[in-house]
Amino acid sequence: MVAALLLIRSTIADVLPDDRADVFYSKYSGGGMDITGYSATARAKITENFAVEANYFIDKVSGASIDVLSQASVIKDERKQKSGTLEYLHDKTTYTASYVSSVERDYISETASFSLSQSMFGDLTTLTLGFADTHNTVGENNGTADVPNVAWVGHALSRAYSGGLSQILTKNFIADVNLQVITDAGYLANPYRSIRYLDPLNAKGYSLASQVYPDTHTSTAVQVQGKYYLPYRAAVTALYRYYTDTWGVVGNTYELDYTHPVLNKWIFEGRVRYYKQTAASFYSDLFPFAGSQNFTARDQNLAALDNTTIGAKVTYAFLPDGWRIFKRGTVTADVSRIRFNYLDFRNIKDFGLPQYTPGTEPLYQFSATVYQLFLSVYF
Amino acid sequence: MHKISTLLKRCAMAGIVVASTALAAGGDASGPAPSFTLTTLGGQASGLSAYKGQVVMVNFWATWCGPCQQEMPLLDQMYKKYKPAGFTLIGVNVDKEAPAVKELLTRKPVSFPVLLDPANQVSKAYHVDEMPSSVIIDRKGQIRYIHRGYKPGDENDYQDRIRQLIRE
Amino acid sequence: MRRSSLLLLGALSGTLLLSSGCSLQPWVKPYERDRLADPIMAWDRDAISSGYMDHIRESREGSRGATGGAGGGCGCN
Repeated sequence: MVAALLLIRSTIADVLPDDRADVFYSKYSGGGMDITGYSATARAKITENFAVEANYFIDKVSGASIDVLSQASVIKDERKQKSGTLEYLHDKTTYTASYVSSVERDYISETASFSLSQSMFGDLTTLTLGFADTHNTVGENNGTADVPNVAWVGHALSRAYSGGLSQILTKNFIADVNLQVITDAGYLANPYRSIRYLDPLNAKGYSLASQVYPDTHTSTAVQVQGKYYLPYRAAVTALYRYYTDTWGVVGNTYELDYTHPVLNKWIFEGRVRYYKQTAASFYSDLFPFAGSQNFTARDQNLAALDNTTIGAKVTYAFLPDGWRIFKRGTVTADVSRIRFNYLDFRNIKDFGLPQYTPGTEPLYQFSATVYQLFLSVYF
Repeated sequence: MHKISTLLKRCAMAGIVVASTALAAGGDASGPAPSFTLTTLGGQASGLSAYKGQVVMVNFWATWCGPCQQEMPLLDQMYKKYKPAGFTLIGVNVDKEAPAVKELLTRKPVSFPVLLDPANQVSKAYHVDEMPSSVIIDRKGQIRYIHRGYKPGDENDYQDRIRQLIRE
Repeated sequence: MRRSSLLLLGALSGTLLLSSGCSLQPWVKPYERDRLADPIMAWDRDAISSGYMDHIRESREGSRGATGGAGGGCGCN
């Protein structure tokens, strides 16, 4: 349900990367949800200075997540995402333009983005500037998973500005700082999520009501990371990201990565990530009465939470030195285990009266596993 | 306040000079080519002095440099073509370790001499500021042209310069 | 909004000063970039995989933005 803000993740402004094709399979399992994804990507240089990339992604969602209170039936949906990117290298500058379109039965998101990456100071410093515009159309399915009835409820516009500076500090050490400011306006809530307020007249002890979100939102995120080449052939990465927004959410991300290759055939990678956020100012798990605040939310994404991820990735080069037109061929498996811990969002789907009075239900926790498997060929 | 503006002015002027020289992929250069002695993969000593009187192109390359790999076969062709006319090409490899160089040259052999500069002394002496770099030296041992980087089509540029110097 | 634009301005002036030469020479030479050119030193070896993880995070967290990295590599050309 989130805008596919596909901003350019990584650039090297000296030569355009090798031509490459990937087929990708992913599975997310956790919190009552099962999401299977399939994707194909291809990039090729049309001339030495000009490259194109295209990607097609399908996500199939099924399950009954914790927050689906208004819908009695199970969710079953499909998301199709298409994206195209153009890259142009002139001297020490790379210009990138891309377009992403993500379509679901009840949500359409389109993003157009542009970025510029400039290599300078003996190729030790890289400056990146980017900007993206997103348009989202939000709908609500009032029917069932098998017999849908989607009503379009609103639009949202989003603009993102980003700047980054990467600096090679020593022969073994590179550091990078990124800043991104995003402003959105329009319909910004998830129509399937509701708030609850104390209601002694209701059998459950509480009643549901629609969320009321502000129609603007501005966020600022700053990330610093460093990558260091150890005395033997391996690399360690440390990352910290600070996030703050006008809704009162403050998020801190810490990540540590270790990459260890073996000969020219294997690359092993292990990662640990810890994320903690404070709740939005208008969020509450249980409001005292209807209309107690101008803005109200009970969306679990805006709750106070933390999550810990442990991941491992293995890449095996089945064609380490190439074969005919292929320069290299690899197959990669990646598994991540994420433990989500909510500090002020209670599990009201599985717990309630008479054992738990409203506001005393156990806090929600769940674990999810993410599997990725992909085949990559370079040429 | 005055000191800061003078500093900024000086930096800006230095910047314009540096930027304009850096923008050129290739430039006419001058001065005697520093002599050097390095070893081949086989362990034999060789250097610039072995090719006195010839037009020499010293190409600085590495196994980890993509554009270097791209130009190698073209450099090989160029070497074979102009060798009878008194031209030689020396590939100076800057890798820190020899095994990767040996492995690459076994898979993709070249006929021109390859010398190893793991301590980067020759790279420093020639002020290599881009990878790959090709330094073209005339029959009198003077540096005449430095080509920085490689983009397909640059080999035509090399050939023009070499032909010009062969005729001298 | 003000603080972030000041930060960006600071970063830009910093790089302009650095790139103008100013008797400060690049301290890692192009022939010393063997380690930085190693694929394990890339910020992101598989953009499709990291893009997917970012999407998962954004769907379940209240944060977004500033992910990714630039620079490094062989510095050739």
